[in-house]
Amino acid sequence: MIKNKKISQESVTQVHHLRNEGIPFDASLIEGININRSAVERRAATMGTRRSVKKEYQAAWLLKAISCMDLTTLAGDDTQGNVFRLCAKAKNPVRKDLLEAMGMKDVGLTTGAVCVYHNLIPYAKEALKGTNIPIAAVSTGFPAGQIGLPEKLREIELSVAAGAKEIDIVISRALVLQSDWRGLYDEIAACRKACGDAHMKTILATGEIPTFTKVAKASMVAMMAGSDFIKTSTGKESVNATLPVTLVMVRMIREYLELTGYKVGYKPAGGIAKAKDALNYLILMKEELGLDWLQPDLFRFGASSLLGDIERQLEHYVTGRYSASYRHPMA
Amino acid sequence: MSIKEIYQTMEYGPAPESNKESVAFLDQHKRKFQLFINGKWSKPSSGEYFDSISPSTTEKLAQVAEANEKDVDDAVKAAKKALKPWVELGGHGRARYLYAIARQIQKHSRNFAVLESMDNGKPIRETRDIDIPLVARHFYHHAGWAQLMDTEMKDYKEIGVIGQIIPWNFPMLMLAWKIAPALAMGNTVVLKPAEFTSLTALLFADICKQVGLPDGVVNIITGHGSTGAALVNHPDVSKIAFTGSTEVGKIIRRATAGTGKKISLELGGKSPFIVFEDADLDSVVEGIVDAIWFNQGQVCCAGSRLLVQESVAEKLYKKIRARMETLRVGNSLDKSIDIGAIVAPVQLKTIQDLVQQGKG
Repeated sequence: MIKNKKISQESVTQVHHLRNEGIPFDASLIEGININRSAVERRAATMGTRRSVKKEYQAAWLLKAISCMDLTTLAGDDTQGNVFRLCAKAKNPVRKDLLEAMGMKDVGLTTGAVCVYHNLIPYAKEALKGTNIPIAAVSTGFPAGQIGLPEKLREIELSVAAGAKEIDIVISRALVLQSDWRGLYDEIAACRKACGDAHMKTILATGEIPTFTKVAKASMVAMMAGSDFIKTSTGKESVNATLPVTLVMVRMIREYLELTGYKVGYKPAGGIAKAKDALNYLILMKEELGLDWLQPDLFRFGASSLLGDIERQLEHYVTGRYSASYRHPMA
Repeated sequence: MSIKEIYQTMEYGPAPESNKESVAFLDQHKRKFQLFINGKWSKPSSGEYFDSISPSTTEKLAQVAEANEKDVDDAVKAAKKALKPWVELGGHGRARYLYAIARQIQKHSRNFAVLESMDNGKPIRETRDIDIPLVARHFYHHAGWAQLMDTEMKDYKEIGVIGQIIPWNFPMLMLAWKIAPALAMGNTVVLKPAEFTSLTALLFADICKQVGLPDGVVNIITGHGSTGAALVNHPDVSKIAFTGSTEVGKIIRRATAGTGKKISLELGGKSPFIVFEDADLDSVVEGIVDAIWFNQGQVCCAGSRLLVQESVAEKLYKKIRARMETLRVGNSLDKSIDIGAIVAPVQLKTIQDLVQQGKG
């Protein structure tokens, strides 16, 4: 349908596919969407039991998870020091001796990005100087999104100007709850415009959307409006990323790909703290969308404590022994 | 493959389940199984044995005894002799044995799951997550029946000696469906497993011995169709419980007509899977996967006919084809496969013929 868009040159993220430019709002694309919750839950429940990744395969998969991680700190008590430490970890996510033992020393493994509040962007920029690690900033009145649209757009512009290459926006949940799909489209499209070359991840806050059908419709609207990624949660809702909601959203990504030819990324965020959880998400992506979605340009974890657990598992793989979590640097 | 290569290809890699315990069980019986009659392992009077093959690897797992008419007669006699004391033991007494069996199945669940997967060819994931947990639950459930029989089912009584003939698609689960309720209500049983899949029933016989089940309450006789026929035609069998093909079901119905024997038959089907246009098609696809590829499709209620509303038919077919690309076929003991082996060459041939017929 819509093709031949030029690839954004300035984007730091490696782009192997056309950037989603969005399509005009089309209500007919969401009218027929109907999600069977119990069927989705059933499929999600067996995702982790149908596949098993062991030994060197598991180590490789966990390293892949790190490369797809938006290493995040989003707290009221974030400081310059916090952010420096986070960035140091993003640059060297796994101890050098472990990487060497796994034959991964020269791969240049880093996390996919570092994700901070707007105020902290300058510190992250300083700490990440000379690397290719993009800075992601949360925006548009994160996490609740309860500010006016002009303020939202201004916030995006300021963050982009400050050096953020990726912008994680939150949507107005009210528009979803009231089924104002046109309004949601206009809001997200305006944000996309404000982002310019910065990649936009649209947070649906699925924990505050009552039905899977609405999650699916909001996903489709967010993609129509030009989102580069759709993302589950802020990490601040009472329910954050889950496998069932992931299934709903990635199936919409597939649907949108079939409709438009655009590949849209997916980012689960919040509550993914264990290496095993990360594997289950990777398995789900591979099964539902294929290998392209196992790369940082189309898949990210939003996580803060996940890296610590992955490092413990990798250390176990290399040494045969588990270390206590407090022996690892906090992410 | 090196970690660096896997990091690029992101393949699943092998995930084999260990078969050590099951191999030990086979070796303990010297890979040659006798008949389990009256609480003892006895040689078949025919002197004949047949091979039990792993359909996944075509490895010969063991030899299994072929029971003839005399062996069937011995088994039925043992069951008949055991009947009176088993009834007189009462519901509570029988419940204790059934609970003990259930607990032992849970304790040995991995061995059962692996052996079932080796013997039948179905994925270890299914035997581990579905077949064997359900087997334990059936024994627990019917232990409850036995326990409550005096108060909740006091008008019910035992039928007598039950002849039970089960298929190869869910060997242990079918055994549980047949044996657990029969024992709970005070019957004794002679069970013939399918010739392709005798091994877990023989492991079950070991469990019966371990829990000290009175001799003759459960007898396991292995063999082919003629063994089953001898059981069906035995005058001292009060009921035949059969799960299997419609064809054999008809033969059994004819054979038992007018004899006063009770009968229960669970036969084949051709279940429709109906899709309307307002369905969640991605979920429909997973429903179809479960309906027709679970257990390699070897299920009596498999969704073997797909009826789709025309407005969404092409869209759905496309999704099904795409989904089929991600189904993984492989060794039944690999934890990451969706489809294992078809139970036996003869069954595979039947399927291939049907596919040819469909193409033609």
